[in-house]
Amino acid sequence: MVTPVIQVQDLSKSFGDNSVLRRVSMDVATGETVVIIGASGSGKTTFLRCLNRLEEPSAGNVRLDGNPVMNSGSEKQIADQRSQFGFVFQRFNLFPHFSALDNVAIGPEKVRGMSKSDARALAAAELKRVHMSDHAMKRPVQLSGGQQQRVAIARALAMKPRVMLFDEPTSALDPELVQEVLDVMKELANGGMTMVVVTHEMNFAREVADRVIYMEDGRIAEEGPPEILFREPKSPGAQRFLRHLTHE
Amino acid sequence: MTIDWGIILESIPLLGHGVVVTLQVSALASVLGLVLGVVLGLCSLSHSRPLRLIVAGYVDFIRGTPLLIQIFLVFFALPALGIRFDEFWAGVVALSLNSAAFVAEVVRGGVGSIERGQSEAATAIGMRHRQILVYILLPQAYRQMVPPLTNELISLVKNSSLLSVISVYELTRAGQAIISVHFVPFEIYTLLAVYYYVLIKVLSWLSGRLERRLPTW
Repeated sequence: MVTPVIQVQDLSKSFGDNSVLRRVSMDVATGETVVIIGASGSGKTTFLRCLNRLEEPSAGNVRLDGNPVMNSGSEKQIADQRSQFGFVFQRFNLFPHFSALDNVAIGPEKVRGMSKSDARALAAAELKRVHMSDHAMKRPVQLSGGQQQRVAIARALAMKPRVMLFDEPTSALDPELVQEVLDVMKELANGGMTMVVVTHEMNFAREVADRVIYMEDGRIAEEGPPEILFREPKSPGAQRFLRHLTHE
Repeated sequence: MTIDWGIILESIPLLGHGVVVTLQVSALASVLGLVLGVVLGLCSLSHSRPLRLIVAGYVDFIRGTPLLIQIFLVFFALPALGIRFDEFWAGVVALSLNSAAFVAEVVRGGVGSIERGQSEAATAIGMRHRQILVYILLPQAYRQMVPPLTNELISLVKNSSLLSVISVYELTRAGQAIISVHFVPFEIYTLLAVYYYVLIKVLSWLSGRLERRLPTW
C-alpha cells in the first residue's frame, strides 16, 4: 500500500480548558484535494495549523511521508520539515518590504541555500504559475488582495512542498477577487498537488475536492466525496450547516 | 550687571574646537551604541534564555545607575582591571555602553510591534528565528524606530557634556576653560546653552527628514 502523504492520528489541541481539537485522525493521499468545511470555531484552522506545527498540538501525532513531524530536534531540522508544508494564510501575510519576486525568492535563498540569482529565477517561474509575472517587481501594497494572495501561493510553492495547506484563502478578499485565487488553486489541484483547503467556498469544494470533511466541535463529524456529502449529509450538524449556507 | 560682549565675540570661535570634539564623541558613540544596541536588542529577542537574561541584566544596570558613575567606572575603575583608555576614548566607550542599553530597548519594542502574521509566514516557509529577526522583522521596524532613536541621540549629545569631568575637551570643557581664565560664567554658560540648543535642533530636523524618507509599508 502506498504511504499517505499525511497521516494524522488522534490529534488534540486545547487552549487552557478549551478543547479545540478532539482526537482527530485522517489521512491524505498523494495528489488528493481535501476540503474542510464547518462553522467558525469548529477547529478547522487550528487543525491546519497543527499540521505544520504553527500551533503545537496537545496530543496525537502527524506523519509526513511516514516520518513523524517532530517537535524536538535542532531548530534547523524542525524548520526544514515545516517547509515541506506550504501554508497559505487568510490574510496573505506577504512581507511588505520586499517586491513580489523577493517575497517568493527569500525562502529558496535563505532556507534552501540557493544563490540569489537561482532563487529569483525560481521565484519568477512560480509567479508565472500564478499568473503574476507582470507584477513581479511590485510591492505588496501596490497589489490587490487577490494578487497578493496569488503571490503568497507562489511563495509557498517555491519551497517545493509535499502538500499545500490553505487557511480560508479567499475569506479576506473582496467578492470580485475571489475567483482568480480559486482558479489558481484549481489549476494546482488539477496539476496533481496534494492540498488541504479550509474554505467556505462550496462551489470550489464541489468542483475540486476529492473528499470533503465536515468538522464540528473539534471533531470530524462527517466526511465523503463532495457529490454525496453535499447531496445527502447524514449528520444533523452537517445538514444544518449546509442548509444554512444554501439559504444565504 | 553688564554683559561682556567682547568676551562673547572672542569665545565664539574658541568654542568651535569644543563643538568639533562634541560632534566627534557623539558621532562615534552613537554609531557604536547603535551597532551594539541592535545586537543586544536582537539578543533580547532570541530564543536563548541565558542570552536574554544577560541583556536584561545589562539594560537594568545601565538604567539603574547614573551616567556620571558609568563614566567614572570606565575611566577610573577599568584601568584597575587592566583596561585603559585615554579621556577621549573613555568618554566614547562610556557613552556607547550607556546608549546601547537604550537602543536595545528601542529595537526590542520596534521588532516586537510587528504584526504576528509576519513571523508566522516566515516560520511557515521554514525560516529560522534568527533569519526572521534579521530579514523580516527588523527591516520593517526601522521607520518606527527613528523617533525614539532620535531622542536617544539627543540625550547622547547632551550627556556628552558630562565628559568635561574627565577632561575631554568637548564643548562644555572648552567653555569652562574660558570661564576659569576670564571669570565670565553668565556669558559663557548662556553661550553654551545656545550652542547645544542649535546642535539639537539641527539633529531633530535631520531625523525628521530621514523619517519622512523611510517607507511606510
